[in-house]
Amino acid sequence: MTDTATPATNIPTAPRGNNLRFYGMWAIGAIALVVLPLIFSSGGALTSFSLIGISIIFALSYNILLGQTGLLSFGHAVQYGLGGFMAVHLMNAIAAHGWFIPLPLAPLAGGVGGLAFAIVIGWVMTKRAGTVFAMISLGIGELVASSSLILRSVFGGESGITTDRTALPHIFGWSFGPQIQIYYLIAFWLMVSTIAMYALTRTPLGRVCNAVRDNPERVEFIGYDPHVVRYIAFCLSGFFAGIAGGLAAINFEIANSAYLGAAQSGLVLFATFIGGTAYFVGPILGAILVTYLQLGLTSVTSVWQLYFGIIFIAIVMFAPGGIAGIVMMHRPLIRAGTLGTVIPAYLVSLVPTLVLALGVILAIETVAHYAESQGSAFSLFGIPFDTGSPLTWAAAVVLIVVGFLVARITWRRVAEAWDRATTVARERGYLA
Amino acid sequence: MTAAIEIRAVEKRFGNVSIIRDLNLSIEQGERHAIIGPNGAGKSTTFNLVSGHIRPTSGEIRLNGDVISGLRPFEINRRGLSRSFQVTNVFARMTVWENIRCAVLWATGHRYAFWKNVDDLPEVRRRTAEILESIHLTHRRDVPAGLLTYAEQRELEIGITIAGGADVIMLDEPTAGMSNMETDRAVTLIRRLTEGRTLVIVEHDMSVVFGLADRISVLVYGHIIASGTPEEIRNDPKVKEAYLGEEAH
Repeated sequence: MTDTATPATNIPTAPRGNNLRFYGMWAIGAIALVVLPLIFSSGGALTSFSLIGISIIFALSYNILLGQTGLLSFGHAVQYGLGGFMAVHLMNAIAAHGWFIPLPLAPLAGGVGGLAFAIVIGWVMTKRAGTVFAMISLGIGELVASSSLILRSVFGGESGITTDRTALPHIFGWSFGPQIQIYYLIAFWLMVSTIAMYALTRTPLGRVCNAVRDNPERVEFIGYDPHVVRYIAFCLSGFFAGIAGGLAAINFEIANSAYLGAAQSGLVLFATFIGGTAYFVGPILGAILVTYLQLGLTSVTSVWQLYFGIIFIAIVMFAPGGIAGIVMMHRPLIRAGTLGTVIPAYLVSLVPTLVLALGVILAIETVAHYAESQGSAFSLFGIPFDTGSPLTWAAAVVLIVVGFLVARITWRRVAEAWDRATTVARERGYLA
Repeated sequence: MTAAIEIRAVEKRFGNVSIIRDLNLSIEQGERHAIIGPNGAGKSTTFNLVSGHIRPTSGEIRLNGDVISGLRPFEINRRGLSRSFQVTNVFARMTVWENIRCAVLWATGHRYAFWKNVDDLPEVRRRTAEILESIHLTHRRDVPAGLLTYAEQRELEIGITIAGGADVIMLDEPTAGMSNMETDRAVTLIRRLTEGRTLVIVEHDMSVVFGLADRISVLVYGHIIASGTPEEIRNDPKVKEAYLGEEAH
């Protein structure tokens, strides 16, 4: 390779070269948050956006552990849930004592709750990384979730603790009763938390977290105690998880044991991984997709968790970098100008892949409906099907088999087109 | 003058097996000291003992006069001792630039700071750029360390080791697996980068050892059988018999 053909590595990346683009992206994000409810103003949309906002903060806080520091937690909902309870208790206290603390500050109490618990429990938990940490986090998660049912005065037992968000002092004439006001409250905290968590990745600690993730042994020989690094990361992550929990408590006006449980911990792991842990934007994409799917699928199918499982397995097996990983893979191709050569292959393979997916969905739905009541009718994408008819079963099998056989050929084509495109990109110096 | 490293009566046992027996070694400040010996003699174990990777069963190790045996690796590193590894041990998913920068951060006093912009620290940036330049990897700064060639990774390994500005540098077989040309380059690099510092090196390549070291210690079965200038070592009958026999120059 000649020197002139390596622009990507020869250009000393100017420290502030992409200033405009960088701040532009944040500005677009902020504007989108403001404008979104004006375009989609239905009650359902506002509720969805609110939930998505909360889960973005939660997923980003999770990625401080998983993506940045390499800590796989199965109990991240503990900090989230305790943040929720903290916020609810604070709100009730404010209402009872008539303190002048407006609602927008309540999520901060959630953050403090998450942080406080992390400070107390974190030192022991982060002593080791890897499997040890994962197992302890699972244990702590179960411990806290089950004690929440026992300690009724704090956690309210099965029913949880309710609150009234409108009972707090109003500011700017906002009562925080209407969902739109809650949306903007969440959007505000989403923006603040996202900026803070992004900034964290660009601090000395944030970079050393990556070093601990990559090679904790070596970190000890450049002056750092990996235990301390993990501990601080765990505490900060707990703080932001607590903010998310506090927002959830405000949104639902309740905190209960479900906030703390394994299902909630699983969901955030799921969203973060699907989005992609290697990029800051990954958990954001994952949280949007997973929350949207969760809201959308639950109303369409009774076996929505099955689809989640399939998506998760597919991502783990075929795209371990998640959605962000898939998108970022294409960056060198865009720069090298060879993206156009892979797109036709994508489009061609899309057709049989969709046929295959359709077959799988039909098969799952037929089985699910058959199990509920034999010979029942249901409709899929507007087409009526009868679970009692062999025709339905045959259709599913044909779609799967034909779809798979044809798709396999087109996938091979995609791989070939991909190889050609990356080879060119490498020759042009856009790929290491 | 206090010795840079002083090893006194150190023993290391794994169960019943004594890997290091009655190890005594004194390395003066500013000295370039090579430790040689046949495979399994305990050279890497000695490195691990001094750098805090493992603890001695008994005995005492001092760095610039202070006892360091029993301390954790990062505590020893903060006192001014830095080591490299025989098997390349870099931060694979991070870029070359990030690798060096992380190694600079503690020494420049930024520690666990999560309130400073890491790109906004002029001293850190200057030192990182300087070290990258000196290990000839400036043109590879944005490449993930895992994608470097083997020789480049070895150079990065040395870069990480010296980045913190430690005054005692320990290199564990820095030229292992390198071609002759790469070895020459690495030796020049090591000589320049450890100028004015204490260097302890484990090496199999005798031309590197005799070209670089002021003093040499020969380790056999966890015990130092001879220690002296290259000339003395070359003429020592015990060394000839135990080690240099088949590799004599």
